Amino acid sequence: MNLTENKKTLALSGAILGAIGALLAFMGNPKNMAICIACFIRDSAGAMKLHQAAVVQYLRPEIVGIVCGAFLIALITKEYRSTAGSAPMVRFILGMIMMIGSLVFLGCPLRMLIRMSAGDLNAYVALIGFVAGVYTGTLALKRGFSLGRAYTVEKSSGYVLPIILVVLLILSVTTSLFAVSESGPGSMHAPVLVALAGGLLFGAIAQKCRTCFAGCIRDVLLMRNFDLLTIIGGFFVVMVIFNLVNGGFKLSFTGQPVAHAQHIWNILGMYAVGFAAVLAGGCPLRQLVLAGQGSSDSAVTFLGLLVGAACCHNFDLAGVAASAATAEKAAVAGGPGINGQIALIACIIILFVIGFSPKNKRA
Amino acid sequence: MYEVDARGLSCPEPVMLTHAALKSHGNEPIRVLVTEPHTKANVEKFAKSQGKKVTVTDKGDEFELVIE
Repeated sequence: MNLTENKKTLALSGAILGAIGALLAFMGNPKNMAICIACFIRDSAGAMKLHQAAVVQYLRPEIVGIVCGAFLIALITKEYRSTAGSAPMVRFILGMIMMIGSLVFLGCPLRMLIRMSAGDLNAYVALIGFVAGVYTGTLALKRGFSLGRAYTVEKSSGYVLPIILVVLLILSVTTSLFAVSESGPGSMHAPVLVALAGGLLFGAIAQKCRTCFAGCIRDVLLMRNFDLLTIIGGFFVVMVIFNLVNGGFKLSFTGQPVAHAQHIWNILGMYAVGFAAVLAGGCPLRQLVLAGQGSSDSAVTFLGLLVGAACCHNFDLAGVAASAATAEKAAVAGGPGINGQIALIACIIILFVIGFSPKNKRA
Repeated sequence: MYEVDARGLSCPEPVMLTHAALKSHGNEPIRVLVTEPHTKANVEKFAKSQGKKVTVTDKGDEFELVIE
């Protein structure tokens, strides 16, 4: 079945992705998080002790599943192409920036959509920044921005990331090598097999229908094409229904799980993510899928996301979730501290240098 | 025939280059070369959405799309 054949199959694909997200949330993943690429790579970095934030350390099977699901479906449908050579280290930086921007906001574009479906108004504010960032990226593209060509390389290059992730997952469930949070978001997770199966199916479907959160806005702006947006729409509708049915829908700025209401930083965080995603050729989810289907350049972007996550928690760049006052402590407004604010501004400057530098024009 | 070499380029460059070629050389057939199946699908879908006829040839390591 061609998942991109028409608007119905596109919406259905999105709905299935939404159903997977809903199931994972129902089975134990953190509220309004369900399946967040940035948060889950960050949690996995914590499990590997690349950072020491105790509340976010867990090797997320969903990440393994998404890469491997894309890998397997690409192999089966003969779409696997082992490629490399398109400015990998610039992509590494773009991966870091996508992670920093996401963790300032407290979610990747996928989680932004999930939070929107739960009534989190901060996510709607962040959407403004995301669309603006994607728009800026399209200006760079129209000006001729390009990271250059990737070339066919040895087939085995594209096998490395899926294999490494599988080995890490096996180690995480069979040994005590990895850190596991005892409280906080890292302690909330669906059973391993459910998470893995959900990730595999999510990755396979996302590969087949080319799901990309940056691409869905980008294609509307560049070509008035609504195909990718239709997939996102299907996903959103299912998540809204899930949240309404289980009582998780609450229209507000405050009291939202793992969120903050520092509007300017939510906007700037997702501005950086949208801008970087367009320059990198896809959002964090799309990078995982491309890595799975053989792109070593996207595998390097994944490494950038991983290192970016470690840096966020080692150097206090990530946003802090807001929390209400309790008997023991005062209310916390949340948002990024001064390190995160400086880092994010620096990231945006770097994006302008990468995107609008005369050297990065297509040959 | 006007040729667009979009091999190895990231999304959405192949479609953008095809779009530009259709604008500048819309009166003649255009040959677009791409590497990846998803890029082939994107370019093919885009060209058809512009009302063009598309012939796709699998050349092993790459795909050739002729748009008329």
